[in-house]
Parts: sequence; structure tokens; C-alpha cells
Amino acid sequence: MSSLRTASGGRIDRTKTLRFYFDGRSHTGVQGDTLASALLANGEYLLGRSFKYHRPRGVVAAGSDEPNAIVNLTRDAARSTPNVRATTIELYEGLHAESQNRFPSLQVDIGAINDLLSPLLPAGFYYKTFKWPASWWQRVYEPLIRAAAGLGRAPTLPDPDRYVGRWAHADVLVVGAGPAGLSAALAAADAGVRVVLADEQSEFGGSLLSEPTEMQTWLAEAIATLAANPRVTLLPRTTAFGYFAHNMAGLAERVTDHLANPPPHLPRERLWQIRVKQVVLATGALERPLVFPNNDRPGIMLAGAARTYLNRYGVLPGKRIVVATATDSAYRAALDLRAAGADVAVIADLREAPGEIADEARAAGIAVRTATSVVGAGGLQHVAWAALAPVAGGAPEAVPCDALLMSGGWTPAVHLFSQSRGKLRFDADASAYLPDVSAEHERSAGACRGVFGLAEAQGDGAAAGASAASGKPYTPSAATPNGGGWLGLMPNAPAKKAFIDFQNDVTAKDIKLAVREGMRSIEHIKRYTTTGMATDQGKTSNMNTLGVASGALDATIPQIGHTTFRMPYTPVTFGGLAGFSRGDLFEPIRMTPIHPWAAEAGAVFEDVGQWKRAHYFPKRGEDLHAAVARECLAVRASVGMFDASTLGKIEVVGPDAAEFLNRMYVNAWTKLGVGRCRYGILCREDGFVRDDGVVGRIAQDRFHVTTTTGGAAGVLNMMEDYLQTEWPELDVWLTSTTEQWAVIAIQGPKARAVIAPLVEGLDISREKFPHMAVAECTFAGVPARLFRVSFSGELGFEVNVPADYGRAVWEAIYAAGRPHNIVPYGTETMHVLRAEKGFIIVGQDTDGTATPDDAGVGWAVAKSKRDFVGKRSLARAAMTGPSRKQLVGLLTADPKTVLEEGAQLVDDPHQAVPMTLLGHVTSSYYSATLGHSIALAMLVNGRARIGQTVHVPMPNGAIAVRVVKPVFYDPEGARLDG
Amino acid sequence: MQNFSALSLLRRAFGGHESWQPQWRTPEPKPEYDVVIIGAGGHGLGTAYYLAKEHGITNVAVIERGWLGGGNTGRNTTIIRSNYLFSESAALYDHSVKLWETLSQELNYNVMYSPRGVMMLAHTIHDIQVFKRHVHANRANGVDNEWLTPEQAKDFCPPLNISAKLRYPVLGASLQRRGGTARHDAVAWGFARAADAMGVDIIQNCPVTAIRRSATGEVEGVETERGTIRAKKIAVVAAGHTSVVMNMAGVRMPLESFPLQALVSEPVKPAFPCVVMSNTVHAYISQSDKGELVIGAGTDAYVSYSQRGGLHVAQHTLDAICELFPMFRRMRMLRNWGGIVDTTPDRSPIIAKTPVPGLYVNCGWGTGGFKATPGSANIFAHTIARDEPHRINAPFTIERFRDGVMIDEAAAAAVAH
Amino acid sequence: MLLIACPYCGERPEIEFAYGGEAHIARPADPSAMSDEEWAAFLYARTNPKGTHAERWRHTNGCGRFFNAVRDTVTDFFVATYKTGEPRPDLTPRSVV
Repeated sequence: MSSLRTASGGRIDRTKTLRFYFDGRSHTGVQGDTLASALLANGEYLLGRSFKYHRPRGVVAAGSDEPNAIVNLTRDAARSTPNVRATTIELYEGLHAESQNRFPSLQVDIGAINDLLSPLLPAGFYYKTFKWPASWWQRVYEPLIRAAAGLGRAPTLPDPDRYVGRWAHADVLVVGAGPAGLSAALAAADAGVRVVLADEQSEFGGSLLSEPTEMQTWLAEAIATLAANPRVTLLPRTTAFGYFAHNMAGLAERVTDHLANPPPHLPRERLWQIRVKQVVLATGALERPLVFPNNDRPGIMLAGAARTYLNRYGVLPGKRIVVATATDSAYRAALDLRAAGADVAVIADLREAPGEIADEARAAGIAVRTATSVVGAGGLQHVAWAALAPVAGGAPEAVPCDALLMSGGWTPAVHLFSQSRGKLRFDADASAYLPDVSAEHERSAGACRGVFGLAEAQGDGAAAGASAASGKPYTPSAATPNGGGWLGLMPNAPAKKAFIDFQNDVTAKDIKLAVREGMRSIEHIKRYTTTGMATDQGKTSNMNTLGVASGALDATIPQIGHTTFRMPYTPVTFGGLAGFSRGDLFEPIRMTPIHPWAAEAGAVFEDVGQWKRAHYFPKRGEDLHAAVARECLAVRASVGMFDASTLGKIEVVGPDAAEFLNRMYVNAWTKLGVGRCRYGILCREDGFVRDDGVVGRIAQDRFHVTTTTGGAAGVLNMMEDYLQTEWPELDVWLTSTTEQWAVIAIQGPKARAVIAPLVEGLDISREKFPHMAVAECTFAGVPARLFRVSFSGELGFEVNVPADYGRAVWEAIYAAGRPHNIVPYGTETMHVLRAEKGFIIVGQDTDGTATPDDAGVGWAVAKSKRDFVGKRSLARAAMTGPSRKQLVGLLTADPKTVLEEGAQLVDDPHQAVPMTLLGHVTSSYYSATLGHSIALAMLVNGRARIGQTVHVPMPNGAIAVRVVKPVFYDPEGARLDG
Repeated sequence: MQNFSALSLLRRAFGGHESWQPQWRTPEPKPEYDVVIIGAGGHGLGTAYYLAKEHGITNVAVIERGWLGGGNTGRNTTIIRSNYLFSESAALYDHSVKLWETLSQELNYNVMYSPRGVMMLAHTIHDIQVFKRHVHANRANGVDNEWLTPEQAKDFCPPLNISAKLRYPVLGASLQRRGGTARHDAVAWGFARAADAMGVDIIQNCPVTAIRRSATGEVEGVETERGTIRAKKIAVVAAGHTSVVMNMAGVRMPLESFPLQALVSEPVKPAFPCVVMSNTVHAYISQSDKGELVIGAGTDAYVSYSQRGGLHVAQHTLDAICELFPMFRRMRMLRNWGGIVDTTPDRSPIIAKTPVPGLYVNCGWGTGGFKATPGSANIFAHTIARDEPHRINAPFTIERFRDGVMIDEAAAAAVAH
Repeated sequence: MLLIACPYCGERPEIEFAYGGEAHIARPADPSAMSDEEWAAFLYARTNPKGTHAERWRHTNGCGRFFNAVRDTVTDFFVATYKTGEPRPDLTPRSVV
């Protein structure tokens, strides 16, 4: 059935038929159709069901303002997209679409009972009900409401499509390629600047695409001229959805949605983020529906949309047509339809004195009734008649029809202007908000600022485009806005079932109820009724809402205000916004030079910040605990090697380097000799521990500072902050060397034996290279900085070599260690070894609320220093005393019981909740070396409690633990020298 | 106050719903009140409600520069939970959850408190340590919070991607089953209606221009664009604008105001059963009763009152949503908006008396104030009525910053080692 | 995303920068001479104005330099950027276009 397709005309190719499926039924359309036009051509009026009342709905508009014809589009199981406007879907061969929000079928929908119950479901009914019994909200009412709400169904499979992004700069961005936008782009391009022209539609032309003949030559030439200009970028199918601060625009380009078989090399969408010097907004205007009972019946559509369907797609909206209007523009639709052979029964014009165009209509044989209001419509799944009544009063007359076209007037699309924080003003003549004061370097042109008419829009666009190219201040020509039309409920029409927001089922009656209940601001009315909050974002409803509210409140529209326009103009795909950021590209992966070796050795990795660190090196059949026990025992018995490359490293250089560190760190540095290291603590200015690490003095004016893995960037930033802004007089340079050095720790009694053959130019004997020494040397043939440090309590070295040699040096150490059964170990073993010694991990044993003294490293604080970062804060009364939590060790009675990290400590495990909490377990392991579990904890007044018992309340009963000093292994430090 | 019930709805349906009265009056300000509350958000309106209900103080005005409930109350992602680490915070937020549980009945207004469970994802070993510390502390404090394996997390939230191939795989989760969401506007409207019914004047579109103090320092009243209003007690509950208002009384606050963005998708049928939060990859998501996926984005870096932020901030959170829930890539962002969140140095609120006699302040809720609405209002009303803090808000003073007695939940989550 | 004019490098997008909080809060020369109240004011009291705000930025992913800016916190438009150590310029927000 294709009886509504015209024989000729339009921008479609009737020779290329396309098969497509709607709700499983097969139809044909032609190349150039949208899904909406193809369905209309096939006589399919009923395309969807509304959100709340499940009323039958058809096409209202022809573009992205469509509120009703919302479908699910499915390419395959994983490529299912809900809530797509049929009016914006370009038809392709084999397209599958389904209607939504109906059961069991679009024609017979059980949910339509809500329409009968609608007296019980006014705006905000859910605030008044569903409160009793209280437990039913979550168990009964809410699940029912949730199941009834929503439109389409979310996809259930991961989306296989690709999304990409692009950053761009240009001199002028023109949004909208209608007559004004094209003219603006031409004028700007003529001036020789870089221009980007974007339009949401598949073709440039805007309103010209709906014209039968006029201007088509100009349009083709304009596009050709722009396309030939290398400084012009043309972006069709690209929606400028967001206007951000400092002239940044967000544009969503749909690359393949219109293709039957998208080539695999193309992404589905491309997100453009464009920074420009000047913006020209030529976003046009949106036609308003008329508000009267049953104005939502399928077959009732905007007059301008009907004109588009006829002139662009060669589809008649019906065969017997009634037009109801408050403006001249609907007459154009009537005349074009009449010329195409449709029976235009009557034009009902609300105005008493329409323009000359009424005479033109009458001359064409169309009956025109002035001062006539449409006050109702009949038919159920398709409009059957329109009720027309004189404005002056009198009985309505039912005029049979199968299409009712309406026009309440045109609302300038000021969305982007408002998003940019430009100020709007209400223009009573235009019955619209218009751009007033710009916030950005921006200018509006054409219908979006109330300048209607082709020639006027072209002129306005050209002037705006030329001025944008020049960058000079611009005063737009004085527009004489017209086409005001009508806002709100039609005269003499009841408010019941007179829809304002079609998709969300908000009627004029709902708006009046909201006002009656005290909702006086437009924001309250919007939130209470949900008007303007559907997926069309109120494009067709906002001004009618204001019209009804204005009447109900007896206030002018500016007194009610307008809601803030926010991005996006039309909905934007999550995947498009995420773009490349997916899988491994979600966030950079940082790997050490030794990472590949560890991976080949079967290491299990953990994420630490952006780093991948080897967590442990399981041998066949080993789990974490078995591997760690083996690694720990090997280090204590012989030797192990550990990739410490992720530790942050900062080179602090300059005549004032020692003074700088004195001011930053809690420690004293002046007397640290060249070739010596010290464990440093860095506090925040509030006195709490921020970071720690070994600092080596390489030369009088050069320090090698290490930080924690996660803290590196923050510590450098903090140092730069103090150096640049507080102490610029200090002569110091700071350089991040984290990624320049690969760092390998060799720990264990055999450590010296392993590395001795590899070291050149340095005596690493116990006497000449004692604990906490540092020196430059050649290591495995590579220039190196060698530290004699231990984070395990064993004899230990950390060798720093240029990162590119990291793997080679690692392999050399591994080879040299083979005779000593050297084991590579990971972060878990490193943690156990240090915990056995009571060495803290900042960020695990401290948590941003611990002072150096709390953490058991108060000895590092140089109390005689006049000042350092955090010193003044540490002097506050609350920073010392028995209320502080302090680092302690914990031992369980049962050596096999390993406490859970994070478990809490209490005095009395039988006390009522909420309990008085004394602290928590910060680190806890089974120590294979010691043959029992160990734990570190932060405990209130902990050091005074050593020897006492506290309790760890667990779900299955409390565990008694003995408080001990936080050193479990070799408290005398005898093993440091091997 | 007209009763709200299914029966009243049915009865008035026969009258075409013509007989509903305004839910609150639109009074002109009186020259003097016992208490003036500056800010008609959820916290301010709730404060007025509890002043009237629990302390018998009904000669109260709530003054609002815009429209009630128009600030952060109407702009947040409505997450409610109380599984905070420190005992002080847990007591505060759990007090609130207990009030949420009966708030619809208490206010005769369905605030749609929906305890569908709040699940927080752990992606690193450090996360696991921190979350388990929360679970243990919460249990000892009587706050429900449990640890889930990745498989249990997926059972609770089937869309969740627990693949080990994720850049930051899900290693587990903590779950507070009593946590959930509520309907944000309804909270403001419900408190407004109930407070109004007890005589509280809610005065909208009435910007405060000055706070008057006597020669001896105590507050005397406020100057507004609609005239002078005298009051011996003034309570500032102005969220992002607190610094601005407190400056009028000569008090500089330890606050900074940042833009916080949120967004929703187009509505779909039930696809997401709970609330999921991930601080590590920055994803906060639930599904509203209307069907929209409600997604919290982060704060922009800089102080701003512009109520908007950069697209990159919204993108960042959608990156994480699309990784954790890859079936939502084809969903679309429908609305995006910004609020202004006032943050303190330790990211915990201030609910306290101030150095100025008669001046009280409730602020610094950062990104998490909605969940605390009834609890905060309840104890703030107590503080104002008795001129001394309630047991629960006693630690949440301004002076804690001077003394270094912070309640630093964020620092306790610490950084990676 | 803001466009920020680094005094050393010129205009760059916001993601190259790190925000550094309110400007012109100098660390006291002798913190130990301050009362707890004075020290707390230095640490925490912030103007947080609705209007022009002098603030610090660091061109982290650029030259690495800290600098100051005056920005209108209502519109997010910058009034000026200037080098650390220079006095706060006395400027009112610019009008646009």
C-alpha cells in the first residue's frame, strides 16, 4: 500500500526501493526516505504509545523535535538502540524497527487502561499515594511504577561499535545549514577564514529542503561553493549539542547509522570538540502544536512537518485535510497539498484577519474560516474529525478528515545561545524568547533570532558571517519579529486531554493543577508535571507550558521565567562521549622496563595507580600464599630481587637544595654527608604524613629523592608549588626522574655476593659501603646509582640504572644470583618483609590522619628546625597526647589466625553497638619466616598499651590480640649487614 | 493541611481535582521572626519543619533567593547511604537513614525512599583494604555494610562487567542494603508543605543582602530585597552560597564552592536494580523510577558559581560507565546539569554555632549532602532551638579546623601506595 | 573546557593545567609565632567569592610554571592572568563581544 506517495517530486529516488520492517511487518520505502516518511507513505499512522497513558501516537514533526514517533532500532542482537526518533532515521535496506512501551502489540496495548484511569493519575499523583503500608513502596508500588515507566528497552549486550573523537580549531563555526547558516558560511569563507559548517540533517538546506521549487538552484550552488573551499569543513549529520565556556562546541557526527552495511573501518560516531574564535548560530525555529483535547491522535501533525513530508519526501499526510492555524505559514502547507491533489477541507484560522495568503488559499479553492478555534478531535487510532468552533462562542462543528495539520507559530531555537549563557528576552510580538545579550563571541542569525523569510534570513546570515570572519563587534540589524501565533490552550477548548508535552502525557489540565497546588515558578511546574522533560526536551512543549501557566497564574510569561537550556540539544550517545577511552585505552598503563620479563616469568600483576606492578611470582600450582611464603623465606635465607622502578624519583639540584629539603621534609638535611641516605618524611601543611622515601645525597648540591609509587606526581607538584610560589629565592631545580631510572632491589644475606661481580668502580664492602650509603658506579656495564638500603631488614641494595638498561641489568642480576637461588619477588612479599620489620607503608598504615609520631616515625622529625612544612600544625594541642592513634604490633593467640586488614579494635567486645572504636588493623600477614601471623595496627594511645590485650570484633565472635611493639623480626637490626 | 492519600485522590478525582489547595502559602515576610533560616533547600526546609515539630518554634521564616528546592536539592543524584568510616560520620548519616525510612509517612508526602542497595566497587588491593575497614567499622557501629566477591556483586547488579580484562577489574564490592535513592524534589516539597502547615513562612524570591549585627555582635536580623526582617536567631543553610552569606556577617568560612555535574540518559524499562559507585574510576549510577539512568559526574577543578562545567568531566564518568556497563554504550545522554557544592578542608560538613552569637551554620556537604537531608535538618533544628549542638553534630564544628580534629573520610580512603 | 592564557606559553586548554586554589595567601614567614586561629585562617579560610577571584594555576602539562589568574566565578571568564609575584591587577570583568 503506497497510496500516499505522490507520483513525482521531492528529494527521494523512487527508483531505489528499500525493504524495511516495522514490528516485524515488511514494507518498502525509497532512497531518501526517513523511517517516518516511509511509514506514512505506507499508511502507517500509529507508530508508538505514550509514556504514561499509553495513548496511540503518530508522527507530529519531521525532525529532531519529534515527541511521539519513538522506536527501537535493531541491526543485530548487540546493536539495539532504544528511543530513536523515526523522523531522524534515514531509511536503509533491511532496516528493522520496533515500536515501544506497549504490550502485547502496538495496536492492542493493555497499558492503555491508564488512559481510562487518568482521572486518578493527575500530575504528581505519586507524591500523594503509595505511602501505606510503608513496606509496600519498595516491594509493590515502586516495582509496578518502574515497570510501567521507561520507554524502550536498554540494550543487553556489549556494544561492538567503535566511537572516535576529534579536536579541532577554526575561526568560525556556523551551526545550522539553512538559508541563514549557508549564507553565513559563504560570507565567512569569502573572507578567507577557516569555517566549520555543521547541520544535524543528512542534507544541507534546512527549511529550503521543504520548499517545492524555490531556491533550489541557490542551495546547490551554495553547497558546491563551500565544498570547493579548502578552508571550509562541512559536517552534515552532525548535531552541535553543547556550547561550552570560551567558545568550545561539542558536536556529534553520525557516521554510519544511515548505511545498510557500515564499512568496518568506519566508526559509528565521531565526537568533535571544536574551539573557535566566533560562532554563528543559525539554528532555525521549531513549530508549535496547538493545544486542544485529543490533539495527540495519530494523523494530527504540524503543518510545517506535513509540508516537509510532501515536498521533501513525496508523501501526503492524508487525503482529506483540515488545517488549524494561528499563523500564515500553515497556508503554505495547505496550498502545496492542494496543488498535490489532496482535499484540503478547511483552514481554521484563529486570527480574525489573516494576511493576504488567506486570499491566495481561497483563490485556490480552499475554505478559510477566520476567528475559528480547533477545540477537539475525534477518532481513536487515527484522527477522524476535527471540532472547529468560533472564537466568539458557539457550538463546535465536527469536520471529517484523515489528517489534521496544526500550527501555533514558530519558536526560535535559542537552545545553544542559552547554553552559552547568553541572556534571553521575551518578545511579545514574536510570542518567544529571543537572543538578547551574548556571553561568548557569538551571533545569531535568521529564524533563531526571530528573522523569518528566506531573503531576510539570507541577508541576516551573510551579515553575521562576514562580521564573524572579521571578528569585529557586531550589531545585528533590527529584526521585526513576527509569526507570534498562539501560546497555550486554544480558545474555548477544555483542558482535559489537551496535550502539551506529548511524550510525557502532560496536559493543560496538569499544568493548571500544578499551579493550583502552589507551583508558581516554571521550574516547579516543570518538575511537578514533568513537562518538557521527555526525550525531546520540550522542543514542542516549552512555550505552550508557559502559555497555560501564564493564564493560570494570571502572570506575564517573563514573570514565570524560563527553564535553563542545558546541553545536549538532542540526546548524545554515551559511547560517542566516551570515544577512544575503552579497554586498555581507558587509562594509560604504566609498565616498568622489567615488566615484560615479569610477565614472561608468570607474575600476577596488581594495579597501583596507573602502574602495573608484579604482585607475586607463582610457580606451578602455587597460590598467593604459597608463592609469598616461598619468596619471603628465600629472601631471608639467601637473596631475592624486586622491581622497585615504580617508586617516584625526583632529582633536587642546586646550591640551595639542602635548604629546600630542610623546609619541605620533617628531617634535617644540612649535615647529611655526600654519599649518604636518609629516610625522609614529608608532611602536608596540616601536619599529617603525606609521603615518605629514602633521599640520597649524590653531591653537595644534588639529592636523589624517592617517593611512594602513587605519591610521585603529587609530591613533585607540592615541591614545585613551594619552590615557585613561597621560596622563589631558593636556587633549586626539580626534575622528575621516575621513568628515567629502572630500580632493582636486591635483598638478603647473599645480596652482596650476588652483585659484587657486577659492580665496577666502587668498593661495596661492609666497611666502605655501609648501610644508608649511596654512590655512583658502573653496574653490569651500565652507569648506575647504587643505594645500600633495606626495606626488608636484610642486607640490601637498590640499583638505579638508566631505564633502557633495566631489563638487561635485571637479567644480569638474575644470572649472577642463580648460584644463590635468587628469587624474583613481588609487592606482596615486599609488604610482608617490611611488616615483619615494622616499616610503614604510607597510605596503608597511615591514612592521611596520622602524624609522624602517630606512625612511629617521630624520631625522624628534626625538632630543632625553626620551620618545615607541617611544623606549625603539629604544635596544635590535639596533635599529641593520649587521644592519638599510634602504630603498634598485634599478635594473635593462635599463630595461624591472620587478622583481616581493616578489622577494628575495641576494649570490650561485648559492648553494645555503636561500639567505642580504638583503631584498626592496617597490615596483616602470615609470616612464614616467624611461623605465625603478624599485624600492624593504629591504636588509640597504642604505645602505652603495649603488653595489653585488645579485641577484634568479627562477625563470628571477637579475636583477642596482644599489643606488641611493631617490630617482629630482628629487632636489633643485626641482619642489615648480612 | 490537606491529607494526601489514594482515597483523597479518588475523592477529588470526581471533582476534576479542582479542590486541591496550594501545598504551601506564598506569604509576605513579617517584620520579625524567632528564627530566620536562609536557604530553602531540603536542609533549610527540614530545619524549619523540625523546629516547629520537635521544638515548638513555629514563628520561623525560610528565606530563599530563588525558588524552594532549586539548588543542590534538585540537582543531585539522590544517593542515600550511611556506611561512612568514622563513628562521627556514621552516626550522622545513619541518623538520617533512619529518618528517611519513615519520612513519607511522617510528612504525608511520598518521598519515594527506595532502599535498593548501594554497592561500592573495589578495583585495587588498596580499595579492598579500605572497604573492608569500612565494613568492620560499620558493623561495630551498627551500620549495615557487607563485603561481596565480584561474582556476588554481579548477582546483585547483573549488568556489571566483572571481566578480569578490564583496565581496573572489579575485585569486590561493599554493599549497604539499606542504602538507596529518594525523589529529590519530593523531599523539599514535603518538608515545605509540612512546615508551612505548622505556620512556617516560606518566602521565595527574596535574596538576602545583609545580615545585621548589634554593637555587641549578636545578630539582629537580615536585610532582604523585600525589606528588613528581624530575628535573634539566624541559620544559614545556603549550600554553595554559604561563603557569600556568611561574609555578610563578617565570617570567613573554610569553604570552597565547586561545580558538580550530573546527567541522565533517556528513559528505559528497568535495566539497573541498585546504586553502584566507584570512586576509583569515578562512576556513580542508578536508575530513576522514571527509567532514566542517573549518573553523577565529578567536580570541575576550580571554584565556580556558574552551575556548569566542562564536557571532559562528564566524558570522564561516561568512560567509566561504558567500561563497567558496556551494554549502555548505545544509551544516550538526555540532560546534563551542574550544581555548586561547598566543600570543607576535610570534606565533612559543618553543623554548628558560629563565633557570632545567634548565628548558626549548616554547610560544607560537598557532593554528599542529599542523603543527610532529614538527619542534618533534625540536629540543626536542635542546635538552633537549644543553642547547643546535638550529641551527633557536636564534632562537626568550625573550630575543628583550628584544632586539627578533622573528620576526614576522604583522607582515610588515602592514596595508593 | 576553559581556555587559559598561560603567561609563559599563551592560550592552552584547561586539561593542560592544574588548579591551585586561591592566590595571594602567602605562607607566614614565622608560623610558630602565630596563634592557632591565625594559623587556621592561613590554612583554611578562603574568600570563595561569587565574582572576581584571584587564583593559582599550574601549567602542569606544559611549562610547569605556577601563575595567577583573576576569573569571574559567575561566568568563568578570565579577566587576566599574570606571573607569580606580580600584584593582583585591579580589573573588572570584561564585557564580551
